[in-house]
Amino acid sequence: MTVTNREAMLAKLADLDAEHAKAVGGGGQKYVDRHHARGKLLPRERIELLVDPGSAFLELSPLAGWGSDFTVGASVVTGIGVVEGVECLITANDPSVKGGASNPWTVKKIFRASQIAEENNLPTISLVESGGADLPTQKEIFIPGGKLFRDLTRASARKQPTVALVFGNSTAGGAYVPGMSDYTVMVKEQAKVFLGGPPLVRMATGEEADDESLGGADMHARISGLADYLAEDELDAIRIGRRIVARLNRRTMRTEPVPPFVEPDADVDGLLDLIPADLKEPFDPRAVIVRIVDGSSPGNARAFDEFKPLYGASLVTGWARIHGRPIGILANAQGVLFSEEAQKATQFIQLANQADTPLLFLHNTTGYMVGAEYEQGGIIKHGAQMINAVSNSTVPHLSVIMGASYGAGNYGMNGRAYDPRFLFTWPSAKAAVMGPAQLAGVLSIVARAAREARGQEYDEKGDAEMRALVEASVEEQSLPFFLSGMLYDDGVIDPRDTRTILAICLSVIENAPFTGAGGYGVFRT
Amino acid sequence: MTTPIRRLLVANRGEIARRVFATCRRLGIETVAVHSDADAAMPFVGEADVAVRLPGDAPSETYLRSDLILDAARRTGADAVHPGYGFLSENAEFARAVVDAGLVWVGPAPESIEAMGSKIRAKELMRAAGIPVLEAPASPATADLPLIVKASAGGGGRGMRVVRDLDRLDDEIAAARAEADSAFGDGTVFLERYVERGRHVEVQVVGHPDGILVLGERDCSIQRRHQKVVEESPAPRLPERTRASLHEAARAVAAAIDYRGAGTVEFLYDAGADRFFFLEMNTRLQVEHPVTELVHGVDLVELQLTVAEGRSPDPRTIGETYGHAIEVRLYAEDPAADWQPQSGLLTMVDVPGVDGRFDLLNRPGLRLDSGVESGSEVSTHYDALLAKLVAWAPTREQAARRLAAALRGARLHGLVTNRDLLVGILGDPAFAAGEVSTAFLDDHPVRTPAPDPDACVAAALALAEHDRSTRTVQQGVPVAWRNVVSQAQITRFSGSSAQVGGRAPAQADDPVEVAWYGGRDGYVVHGLVVRATSPTGVTLERDGVATTYDVQVTGDRVDVDAPSGHVALTVVPRFTDPADAVSSGSLLAPMPGTVVGVAVTKGDHVAAGDPVLVLEAMKMQHTVSAPHAGTVTDLTVRPGDQVAAGEVLALVEEKQ
Repeated sequence: MTVTNREAMLAKLADLDAEHAKAVGGGGQKYVDRHHARGKLLPRERIELLVDPGSAFLELSPLAGWGSDFTVGASVVTGIGVVEGVECLITANDPSVKGGASNPWTVKKIFRASQIAEENNLPTISLVESGGADLPTQKEIFIPGGKLFRDLTRASARKQPTVALVFGNSTAGGAYVPGMSDYTVMVKEQAKVFLGGPPLVRMATGEEADDESLGGADMHARISGLADYLAEDELDAIRIGRRIVARLNRRTMRTEPVPPFVEPDADVDGLLDLIPADLKEPFDPRAVIVRIVDGSSPGNARAFDEFKPLYGASLVTGWARIHGRPIGILANAQGVLFSEEAQKATQFIQLANQADTPLLFLHNTTGYMVGAEYEQGGIIKHGAQMINAVSNSTVPHLSVIMGASYGAGNYGMNGRAYDPRFLFTWPSAKAAVMGPAQLAGVLSIVARAAREARGQEYDEKGDAEMRALVEASVEEQSLPFFLSGMLYDDGVIDPRDTRTILAICLSVIENAPFTGAGGYGVFRT
Repeated sequence: MTTPIRRLLVANRGEIARRVFATCRRLGIETVAVHSDADAAMPFVGEADVAVRLPGDAPSETYLRSDLILDAARRTGADAVHPGYGFLSENAEFARAVVDAGLVWVGPAPESIEAMGSKIRAKELMRAAGIPVLEAPASPATADLPLIVKASAGGGGRGMRVVRDLDRLDDEIAAARAEADSAFGDGTVFLERYVERGRHVEVQVVGHPDGILVLGERDCSIQRRHQKVVEESPAPRLPERTRASLHEAARAVAAAIDYRGAGTVEFLYDAGADRFFFLEMNTRLQVEHPVTELVHGVDLVELQLTVAEGRSPDPRTIGETYGHAIEVRLYAEDPAADWQPQSGLLTMVDVPGVDGRFDLLNRPGLRLDSGVESGSEVSTHYDALLAKLVAWAPTREQAARRLAAALRGARLHGLVTNRDLLVGILGDPAFAAGEVSTAFLDDHPVRTPAPDPDACVAAALALAEHDRSTRTVQQGVPVAWRNVVSQAQITRFSGSSAQVGGRAPAQADDPVEVAWYGGRDGYVVHGLVVRATSPTGVTLERDGVATTYDVQVTGDRVDVDAPSGHVALTVVPRFTDPADAVSSGSLLAPMPGTVVGVAVTKGDHVAAGDPVLVLEAMKMQHTVSAPHAGTVTDLTVRPGDQVAAGEVLALVEEKQ
């Protein structure tokens, strides 16, 4: 029985739900219960109370640490929520996972969150309760981790407000989170903020001091002045946090109301049928576009105005709106990028920059075309033009990896290294230097050639085993959970949520001014 | 001699003022309103051609001030005064003053008012005219029980006490006397035999130069605390012979005092014995006049004006007698809390399907006489009557059904009303059988419908839609969208016992909690299919049955109207500022310091501003004073104590 595209996608979505559930489950039922028994809230419970009723919360990097020895989610929740009508970057330690201790993935996840706050000019709200660094992996945390505090104070210098709500431990290095924040709220009889706890102090100086006098909320509110507000309890801290944000006087760059818009012309649910279970089969990205962009309506006569439809047909380019906001779209159609596609993309990116229009890249590419004809035709030059345009474009970029994202195609289509403002992956995606079978085949050819050059017999049985092993390993490493675990995207998403997520991103982007690029690197012609 | 009325002043307020203005508009008569300060924004004020302010709020400063009202008439050039009901409507002195000022008095002669004003005198008069009256035993014995003590100048149930125990007689007389004295300025009371399950049947008469018009009777038996709540015409289960005798008796009463104008002769009807007794005559238009108007096709206000102008009614202004009409009085009162009158903002008054307002209706239907509109403020100064809703239909059964449906569908938000009680009465089998009596509500405790539990779900979702509509960013994003779902959204409501369908919840203080999910596929609520949502309406499907709820969100208040009734809910805020949570009357330390003096001890009475204790901080003394008059119920500190800022030092409980 053949599996339909929908069945294949639904199975992958069920896996995604299961992985997300691991992140939500934190340190497991036992630790969750213990935390609750102390009258404390979990990070997502704190966030739910912090954000405006009924507003959206876009969780970022929920699968961070997937495939590592650490709990999925990396003991911290990050995301974008609306607080008192202000889009904020929220981070919240998960104290049910090893006391909220930071591991290498935690640090990477928070770095990514800080980058998003910086690029989009968002206030940061840190919901702090962390036992500090995971000591066994301190070597991977300690030196790079200093950036956490540097980022906070640099955000402040950029007038991007930072607010710390301290619910529990925030000690040693962690003490600098409230220390570097513009506003600090501490929960009475819960927050503990000190450089050294009682044992360390006794070791260092012989002084006998208790938790409360070293770093209690009350002490910091009345004596040290580190706490600006003393909260009665967790709810009160969140209430105060909301009042702080309400008084930040934040304004977005948008000066006119968002124009009215309608839902897509085609049924969004149909996205589940579109993506072939086998990525070797191409699919028409226009069918995706019509399911994620605003439908046609007065003021938006056509949902998608395609640019240069007759030229470079394996890349679709054109203009549309998402939730009333203009966007330029580049979407792979037939997988391969030829010279024409690269040149078309280069021109389109420049046009978007001329018009200050953000860009959306929809990946399904196996890379730039190889072969003598194409090399001689200047495929490197043309690919370089596209990468040049992508790299130096200054309008915000959004990327969604729908299917394949192989080779330099990943670069040209604005992969992670090209710093799109946001990058999300569908469960159907795969990204690697090349396809697993191709990679294994290349390795085999190279090895065979080396043996033969030395006049040695080639071990065919060993070759088959090697190819299978490499293929399986590359296959695994090019899958979305793995990539997301490595923080190579901002999350794996249900295709049906794409429109909503892009709409949130486009709204978030409006918090920082942008103008199209005035100059690029040298275009080799 | 006829005196045409050109400009009429209505010395009244609320729905009756609007009622008189409506007829004036139809007849081309100009209108003048007078109003207290509290009523300045009421609809009747804006509907008059001109309005005159009576400074103050209390009736004694405003609607009972005949001097101010006559001055208003003079200043506005009014040539006639209509007193409405209540206030000065049965005040002979006022009637006389109006006439003396050269104005037309729309009411009976002052002498007629006086003759009927004293119930004792009126009874004597009727006894002489051969009309049966309830006799009081000269020396009451146990066999005469029960008895009723009534105020001679009374009305509206005040100064009225039922006596079932002879030992209580003197006490009840004294109590009635005190009540009557304070209510009417006349402590005269009298004793009557009390008919336990009597019916209150009254006959509408209009005396005019050429005779007396009898416009049928009304049954007004269903009362709460001696105040009518349901009235109808004709009276049900009344033998035709008795009906005719009642009409004749009423005619005789009016004739005995040569009555002019609209009046009502009230009888107590003992259905068991098929006997009736004269109670009193009301020399004014009655609250319940619309039922007569609809059944008899007459405009009683028009007839009043005609007679006041010195004319007899044109027979063409009197229609045919047809069908049955029932009126209910909608009060802003809480039947579950001892009928306590309610005051505040009525955020919504809407009765769908009304065919006319203050109108005779040219075919059977629904009539609304309302003194308020959406947004009206109900003050504590006056009667809590909001509106009268009247159904007129070919039969009594049809009228009752129509009226009950209209009441159920009405949207009345902001205040607790007696609506559910009225719906309950109209649906009661005893009512349907016409078994009405003044003891109806005691004999048939009305069961109000259980509130629909899904109404809270509807409220939560409408509230979420309301929040969505007020977003400033991410406007088009689905409500409560999450890419990683960790928990349900929780909306909490509290509803006072009376507000949740008039019944106390199991635990009065427990908030109702609604758990729901938002997101890509819309709202998800366990056990329900959410079919449609908007800030003003939600359709929910349970077990294949869809119900639509109308919702109004006003600040933190949510009103839900469902087919099963109305539920008023208050959103429980997610957060409370601990500073607000401190019990009122707590004295908090304004800053950290040392208590250097305590001026009171526990149990002391203090006046507002009295010093309670003195704190020393930063080398300065700070006096902490009582925020209001009351009793010191708690004192937690002593001289020498160190206190922290915000610490509770003492509690002064406010004097009630």
